Amino acid sequence: MAHAEVQQHDAHGQRHAHVEGQQHPIGIYLKIWGLLFILSGMSYAVDYFHFQGYLRWFLIIVFMLLKAGLIVAVFMHMMWERLALMYAILVPTLLLMVLLGIGALEADYTFFTRGVFFVKGLL
Amino acid sequence: MTQPALVSTGQTLPLSEGMPGVVADWSSDQRAFKNVPWGKAMMWIFLLSDTFIFSSFLISYMTVRMSATEPWPNPSEVFALTLFGKSIPLILIAIMTFVLISSSGTMAMAVKFGYEKNRKMTFILLLITAALGATFVGMQAFEWTKLILDEGIRPWGNPLGAAQFGSVFFMITGFHGTHVSIGVIFLIIVAIKVIRGDLDHQRPGFMTGRKGNYEMVEIMGLYWHFVDLVWVFIFAVFYLW
Repeated sequence: MAHAEVQQHDAHGQRHAHVEGQQHPIGIYLKIWGLLFILSGMSYAVDYFHFQGYLRWFLIIVFMLLKAGLIVAVFMHMMWERLALMYAILVPTLLLMVLLGIGALEADYTFFTRGVFFVKGLL
Repeated sequence: MTQPALVSTGQTLPLSEGMPGVVADWSSDQRAFKNVPWGKAMMWIFLLSDTFIFSSFLISYMTVRMSATEPWPNPSEVFALTLFGKSIPLILIAIMTFVLISSSGTMAMAVKFGYEKNRKMTFILLLITAALGATFVGMQAFEWTKLILDEGIRPWGNPLGAAQFGSVFFMITGFHGTHVSIGVIFLIIVAIKVIRGDLDHQRPGFMTGRKGNYEMVEIMGLYWHFVDLVWVFIFAVFYLW
């Protein structure tokens, strides 16, 4: 089966001729690996040094999203895929934010009613 | 900037980029996902469904934890280990995180060497990935044993605080551990296929008549990276909250 040659850009913007599949220089995987190690170390440091409150939340979520983004974009090759596939996978995932919002609202309401009806001494 | 389509008829058709490309791909004949083997598109769609399963778990965990009236056990203390006579918070989970990230790194390199048809390197890297995955599951088994036997944590209650802690913990980490275990089994199967030359000689697998090829290694890689991806979210919202 003769495959047509596909021109694709690698991380450095150079054009490479491919026969098939996703081929990228090994350096980019090693760099991302290193970055993931650093980011994981930093998220662990957030707990180790007992950051609290909004600063803790901000740091945890930033490191989490950076790590997730690097894994999906580079290790799973999403940044080199066509936009049609990216949207098919990422848009439904983003819709989960609606469920997250509903969950938070429901949890607040449940906590409130538990406080009103079940906590001793209130009624 | 246009990319020619991969077609087996020998013709190359120019594909448009950007939003016009999305519209053109989705409204085109035969297939929406161009330049992607069908197995890879199907793995992505499976992973999307798995994303919804894990998101449902994590969002229900958030709901349950926010509405708990009893104090939630502090993960930083529950998962601390005493090493060299000193209690280090969350150290076991940190090591598990580094092990899983390393396995993702070796997996990415296995995919690269696979497409270069470097059988030996692909085989070695796949086995290292499987070994790191098995290490992760082993550490998780240790963690479960410690929590069940030493701390007395059960799915229906625990001596540390909110009863929901146990049920959420066992369900989420159990489901994730199952994914890792299944991944280790399939990594070993793919590694054996690679070293036997099944993929070079396009031999069909035992459950399919389709011919073997190195795209299989990349599809395996997608699953494995996804397992790592889920752990990123579990680590952040369950252990660091």
